[in-house]
Amino acid sequence: MAINKLHEIHTRRFGRNLGVGLLLAGFIAIIFGLTVVKVTRGDYEPPRGETTY
Amino acid sequence: MSDASLNSVSVEREASFGDFFALLKPRVMTLVVFTALVGLLAAPTPVHPMIAFASILFIAIGGGASGALNMWWDADIDAVMKRTQKRPIPAGKITESEALSFGVALSGLSVIMLGLAANWVAGALLGFTIFFYVVIYTMWLKRWTPQNIVIGGAAGAFPPMIGWAVATGGISIESVLMFCLTFMWTPPHFWALALFMRKDYDNAGVPMLTVTHGRRTTRVHILVYTLLLAALAIGAGFTSIGGPVYLLTAVVLNALFIKGAWDIFRRDEVMSEADDFKAERGFFKLSLLYLFLHFGAILIEAVLQRFGLGGW
Repeated sequence: MAINKLHEIHTRRFGRNLGVGLLLAGFIAIIFGLTVVKVTRGDYEPPRGETTY
Repeated sequence: MSDASLNSVSVEREASFGDFFALLKPRVMTLVVFTALVGLLAAPTPVHPMIAFASILFIAIGGGASGALNMWWDADIDAVMKRTQKRPIPAGKITESEALSFGVALSGLSVIMLGLAANWVAGALLGFTIFFYVVIYTMWLKRWTPQNIVIGGAAGAFPPMIGWAVATGGISIESVLMFCLTFMWTPPHFWALALFMRKDYDNAGVPMLTVTHGRRTTRVHILVYTLLLAALAIGAGFTSIGGPVYLLTAVVLNALFIKGAWDIFRRDEVMSEADDFKAERGFFKLSLLYLFLHFGAILIEAVLQRFGLGGW
């Protein structure tokens, strides 16, 4: 039988899950933003080895 | 007790998102964020806004992580003190082991991320700050010596140095001056709180100056430290972080602060009890404004200097 009535604990758990989800999304956005800034500024130049043709 | 009642108790105590956030001591975090931001913006080297934002965020997380570890270690005395009884661990919302894991995980994350986002000097300074607050202050000094908040105050004084290090990659006389300002401010700020918190620290067995040396000695200490702080704060006005705006702010605020400390010095317990520690509470509130406005003035001087104004 399905449980229709939402207990207060379900609302609290939903809030916690939503919070964690948003934090993870924010963390990914920050890592992405930092990567873009560092790469475009040239902080991470790829190693330049001797090129042989 | 039936199974049903057991379940309802455990469910009622299940932590919400807000309980974990409370573990980070958000009010302390605002001070950390503000002073670190001033340190970062006052530095002569410009920082990319994205790197600045991420760095301040990781400094805030590091500060919050040390708060969580402090609550983990101090759960026993938090349960005794009225001021801290509603914190998530004594309230039964979060277990001690959850707080420990949460604090350790966020400490590691914040230090590594700050090192990667800004530089490893800033990352190392943040790591040292967490270590200082948790191990040196919380675990060692707090329950051992009445000088606990004098030495432990260093932990709260590091954020502007970390902000400066984010921009410059190092330490300089200016960032040390900002450190000294918060360091010298901490004792009178906390001793005023200890005066009107009355029995809280006695009951918890924390050797605050009010408990070990008495309230008269604490009043004398507040005055002495306030005079030393005033000399430092006004003196800083003549250095490179100062300028006319800062100097004016420092002179006015320190005059008010000395007046407040003098009032506390002149009062005794009978007078304080009679008006429910009005002067002590007022001094505590002023101390919050004091630090905020000093760092605000440093920030204004830094901004003005960018436009060729401000400074000496």
